[in-house]
Amino acid sequence: MTLTIVLACAAALLALAPFAVVIGRSAAASRLIYGASVIVPAISLIAALAQLLGTAAPETVTLPVGLPWLGAHFRLDALSAFFLIVVDLGAASASLFALGYGEHETSPERVLPFYPAYLAAMTLVVLADDAFTFLVSWEFMSLTSWALVMSHHRLPDNVRAGYVYLVMASFGTLALLLGFGLLAGSDGLYTFAQMRAAHPPAMLGALALILALIGAGSKAGLVPLHVWLPLAHPAAPSHVSALMSGVMTKVAVYGFVRIVFDLAGPPAWWWSIVVLALAGVTTVMGVLYALMQHDLKRLLAYHTVENIGIIFIGLGLALAFETYGMTFAAALALTAALFHVFNHSLFKSLLFFGAGAVLTATGERDMEHLGGLIHRMPQTAFVFLIGCVAISALPPLNGFVSEWLTFQAILLSPQLPSWGLKLLVPAVGALLALSAALAAACFVKAYGVTFLGRPRAPAAETATETNSFSLAAMFLLAALCLLAGILPGLFINALAPVSSALVGGHMPVQTGAQWLALVPITASRSSYDGMLVFVFMAISGTLAAFAIHRLASDRLRRAPAWDCGYPDASPATQYTAMSFAQPIRRVFGTVVFRAREHGEMPPPGSTRPARLVVELHDLIWEALYAPLAVGIGFAAERLNHLQFLTIRQFLTLVFCTLVILLLVLAIWS
Amino acid sequence: MILDMTVQGAQMLLVLLLAPLFTGFVRKVKARLQRRQGPPLIQPYRDLARLMRKEVVLAQNASWLFRVIPYLIFAATWVAAALVPTFRTGLLFSWSADLIAIIALLGSGRFFLTLAGLDVGTSFGGIGSSREVMIASLAEPAMIMIVFTLALIAGSTQLSTMAEFMASPAVGLRVSLGLALLALIIVAIAENGRIPVDNPATHLELTMVHEAMVLEYSGRHLALIELTASLKLILYVSVIACLFVPWGLAPAGAGWPALAIGVAAYIGKLAVGGFLLALFETSIAKMRVFRVPEFLGAALMLGLLATLLRFVSGSF
Amino acid sequence: MSSIDFDIAHLLAGSLVLVSFMELYQDRLYALLNIYALHALALAASVAWQAFVQDAPHLYVTAGVALVFKAIIIPVALHRIIVRLGVHREIEKVVGVGLTMIVGIGLVALSMVVMLRVTHEADPLAREDLAFALSVVLLGLLMMVTRRNAVSQVVGFMSLENGLVLAATGAKGMPLVVEISIAFSILIAFIVIGIFLFRIRERFDTVDVQALDRFRGERR
Repeated sequence: MTLTIVLACAAALLALAPFAVVIGRSAAASRLIYGASVIVPAISLIAALAQLLGTAAPETVTLPVGLPWLGAHFRLDALSAFFLIVVDLGAASASLFALGYGEHETSPERVLPFYPAYLAAMTLVVLADDAFTFLVSWEFMSLTSWALVMSHHRLPDNVRAGYVYLVMASFGTLALLLGFGLLAGSDGLYTFAQMRAAHPPAMLGALALILALIGAGSKAGLVPLHVWLPLAHPAAPSHVSALMSGVMTKVAVYGFVRIVFDLAGPPAWWWSIVVLALAGVTTVMGVLYALMQHDLKRLLAYHTVENIGIIFIGLGLALAFETYGMTFAAALALTAALFHVFNHSLFKSLLFFGAGAVLTATGERDMEHLGGLIHRMPQTAFVFLIGCVAISALPPLNGFVSEWLTFQAILLSPQLPSWGLKLLVPAVGALLALSAALAAACFVKAYGVTFLGRPRAPAAETATETNSFSLAAMFLLAALCLLAGILPGLFINALAPVSSALVGGHMPVQTGAQWLALVPITASRSSYDGMLVFVFMAISGTLAAFAIHRLASDRLRRAPAWDCGYPDASPATQYTAMSFAQPIRRVFGTVVFRAREHGEMPPPGSTRPARLVVELHDLIWEALYAPLAVGIGFAAERLNHLQFLTIRQFLTLVFCTLVILLLVLAIWS
Repeated sequence: MILDMTVQGAQMLLVLLLAPLFTGFVRKVKARLQRRQGPPLIQPYRDLARLMRKEVVLAQNASWLFRVIPYLIFAATWVAAALVPTFRTGLLFSWSADLIAIIALLGSGRFFLTLAGLDVGTSFGGIGSSREVMIASLAEPAMIMIVFTLALIAGSTQLSTMAEFMASPAVGLRVSLGLALLALIIVAIAENGRIPVDNPATHLELTMVHEAMVLEYSGRHLALIELTASLKLILYVSVIACLFVPWGLAPAGAGWPALAIGVAAYIGKLAVGGFLLALFETSIAKMRVFRVPEFLGAALMLGLLATLLRFVSGSF
Repeated sequence: MSSIDFDIAHLLAGSLVLVSFMELYQDRLYALLNIYALHALALAASVAWQAFVQDAPHLYVTAGVALVFKAIIIPVALHRIIVRLGVHREIEKVVGVGLTMIVGIGLVALSMVVMLRVTHEADPLAREDLAFALSVVLLGLLMMVTRRNAVSQVVGFMSLENGLVLAATGAKGMPLVVEISIAFSILIAFIVIGIFLFRIRERFDTVDVQALDRFRGERR
């Protein structure tokens, strides 16, 4: 029943797309489409919740669409239900945000038709139960999001972003196609149920892991396949950016989990080593890239890369524990990773909504032209602050809980017998801790430079608060962040069926502990009570305020800033995003980005000002992609000669190919 | 139950009341070592009272966040300090936040303090905040690695359980404990802004980190921030004391004599810790800012080495 | 052997590794010499403890040799050489401190893995001490590889030898004859290196090995 509801919602969203083409240019089109896009995913969300929290068995259905001998299989089990919740929550909140944001869209006819189709595609990927449906929905998801990225196609940056995105998405789908082909085998077992029953040999499973890492990993944003993410995510309209960062990357994680944990058979000893190594590098590189940015949306996009790294660290640990039969620890690591999936979709969407609000209010994405927005846009500033605190993994909000659970999983790993893991896991733990600290630095920069201080440009001085729909969406997500931080036990319990299905065990039920504490292993070992920490902080803050009001003087006067006695009226004397990141750039960036600073002095007599030039190199692009592009260009240049052959040479080509094929046939048979 | 609540409340009040005294003690010892008379021991209390009486002068473009932040960081630090066993383990609410959560609470305090530095929009606030996040980006991972080492030895991340394990004979003299102690001392110095990382007594803005962030605060807000800084220092000394010098800690459920011994032992440990801190600060000069990452990087490497040794073999 | 003896032996061997890391961190020559003296002191303490625990009196002689020669005589001699060479400036490193430390940790991990896997059946105390000793040897080599000043390369060579002595005592001690002959050959090597340093300094006015490379003639 729930599966039918969910499929009906997906079909409704698909039907909205041509409808949006028809009514495209009318005034109420945006309201209508986004309004429907709030209601339909909300219905789907309720159905998915019912499936996850209830005890019903997984439902399957086969529709007679697609390939005639295959049909389209759909299945709603615990894993699909969880990811469907993530997708629908993101979709509903993005549509709520867009109810207000969409009013400012300059070319709605390029956005509105693709938006519901995009939502439908993501839903179908999560529901797909055979390889063909999965891949078709995956490609459809990539294409619709590409169309949304290209919606403002007059900007040259967006054109380049769309091109890189298309190339990387096609590459990823190719990898997934090969992976599914290997798992299907020579008998053509395309449905997931058949793949699960067939036990693939170790070599096949290994190849499936590698291809899943490449295919799903590039869509999620694993280094070094992440290069499209910081180009494409900022280029799309803000609600779409939130969907791409907060939801589509999670759909990619779903793809990885489905293939590696469900379909590829029992893991070999080295699988978790590869995943953990990649994840550790992704985490640190993502946050270091983010720290060097001064475009707000690009910063958020790079930060998504870091959080995907954290999720994959949890998944890698789960894989490691599963390899050696430590079911309990595997459940802990898997639950930590999936909880982080949920948390990240919440606060990343919130932050992108905030960036969208700032963009509509000021027309600027560049932090160097913003500042002082806390006075002009107080509610956006408040809710953006909550998002920043959540993403920096600070108690009592939700980011801290998933990171704490990951640390507890790391503390269980000395029991792993593999030497490689014994050396890798502490290193990955150190990288995780390093990235958490750097993430806090990154968001101090993002919030402080954008909202605090003094306005650096006229656009920031004349900003106004954003509309109530956008604010409603942001406050909803902020409230959910607080809820997930204070009552994490509820969410952990909800994830129990998912981890039971995948690793065969689940975390202890979280309702028994006193005062709603979270007890991941045993009470004597570790526990965390988000509710109590929040209550204690509130009480001590109030006590302090009360005591101060009783004991201290309450006089206050406003005066110019002290600034050590040299106040400067020009807002150019305050710190900018690049100057805030300078110490970290000097410590980490000198090695990782070959960052160099030098001053360009004008020749004597010239009236040009001196400039400080900062050079940053994206080493991954320069080492991997640029030579690849040169190589492809070179090969294409050579192959181009094939177009200009004479008739005799064409005939020779056909003749040689025929002879070679006949030779192969002769030798092989 | 009533006794437990009283003990928890007493612990919270004790750290709050002792914090300015500890700061005063460290200043007095430093002064005496430099052959000065030095301010009286209760001078920090007088400073706090004086600041509370004064009027707050707020910059014209300071926001509501600027006014709320002192209360936020005080709340976070006080909650963290209330959960560290000072004279008794097994405090009533010690299970609600383990050592990782305590570090993260201090991290949220630091998050808001760096935001305060950026709020008024002056270059001094910016310099303080940017240097503070650079120091934190290395000090926090070092602290997490130390927590890992200790948790792998003691089998738990709860501070009370760790303290009880360290006091028991099962712990032995381990290499990784020695490395962790060294790293913890370095991190404690960096997090509290003591020499050689930052000078708490300087008036030269370009050498400040903590002082530059709070430059625009005055009156009751500044009083709260100073109290928070003292509280943080006493928290770190208490953590080092309860983990590496845990003798004298009263076990959970102990009677009045054991509690009295616990309090006396705690005050003794604070005195020794304060003296050693003052001695260390007097004998070494402040480092150039960009040598601090190397210093903290060494702490991170020590923590990583200690964790690695624990992963590799149970007898390290 | 009781567990407290175990732990103290580990503590002393671990402190030797720690002092090797401290040597890698230094960038001033006089400080490096002091740390090297500390290194030799830690070695002497470790060997003396092993003598006490294994009940092997000839190891006390080894400890005494380490204390007198390496903790006192050699640092003083190097100090004099540095003053006469006039090279008491900063040590130039080939790679930065951070990267050297990370590589150092990797080397320690490598020696742990190698030693603990290869010596499965041996006595646990000896195994882990051997692991620490191999770490000290590798860190000494790392120091020789990442320094440009010839004197600091000599110090790296000396700490490498300290690691070898630790390994030998951990494996139930070397016969005294072997120990003395090794010590003498090190001493001879040291004297020869000292003479060469003076000749090089006279000729080229520098002991920076990178600069010396320029005088070799043909460039590769």
